[in-house]
Amino acid sequence: MFENFIFYPFSALAVLGALGVITLRKPTYALLSLMGTMFSLAVLFFLLGAPFVAMVHLVVYAGAVLVLFLFVIMLLGLSAQEGRATEGFKKAFLAVSLFVPAAFGGFLIYLASTLGRTPLQPADGSPEAFGKLLFTRYLLPFELVSFLLLIGVFAAVALALERKEKR
Amino acid sequence: MPLAPYFILSGVLFSIGLVGLLIRRNLLLILLSVEILLNAANLSFVAASALHSELTGQVFAFFGMTIAAAEVTVGLALALLLFRSSASVDTRNIELLKW
Repeated sequence: MFENFIFYPFSALAVLGALGVITLRKPTYALLSLMGTMFSLAVLFFLLGAPFVAMVHLVVYAGAVLVLFLFVIMLLGLSAQEGRATEGFKKAFLAVSLFVPAAFGGFLIYLASTLGRTPLQPADGSPEAFGKLLFTRYLLPFELVSFLLLIGVFAAVALALERKEKR
Repeated sequence: MPLAPYFILSGVLFSIGLVGLLIRRNLLLILLSVEILLNAANLSFVAASALHSELTGQVFAFFGMTIAAAEVTVGLALALLLFRSSASVDTRNIELLKW
């Protein structure tokens, strides 16, 4: 029962935040609304017995990714404001782009509702247990992912670097 | 608490993100919608981890976050390049490859 009191408010907050991201017209507001989604998802991760993942989620998303987004939005100026979704779109396209995700989401919800009602038994997601698993069984994926991050940094620098033309 | 509410929430978030991906025209907001998609997937990973009382799902959520971080860096660099070349991040202005 105690879990319900935490789960439902925060899942509502997550959905509201996500709706804000796709409806608000100013990029900064959309970004802050996504921040609300991220926070409530972190709470849900706590609820699912994953405190380490929850903290990493907060640090990576609220701390790094969204601030990076904020920097870019500030850099590009607030001229990046968005018009109404209805203008400049064909009605048919708009209908399809609402219908397809709705059908897909409905299918996912149908699949989820066929699941059994056995209560969850959260695993021990403490940093200690998590680290042990990460550095033994998942060592190779871990190294590959760190390599991917390195390549990501190289790519970002190579792309965003302003090349001074030689005269 | 059973698994279904978590998966339903994940499905709802995923479809909201998908709608955003399709109807937004600011490149930055499209990237934000992609973040929602990735987070919906992460939520179902962690929920499945709690179902089986097994940490693997959490490890995969962790990898998912790492990949999202890499994706955001490259995506934002591309948005910056686009802004430099056309002074706008509106996807309607990108029509060189339009058929």
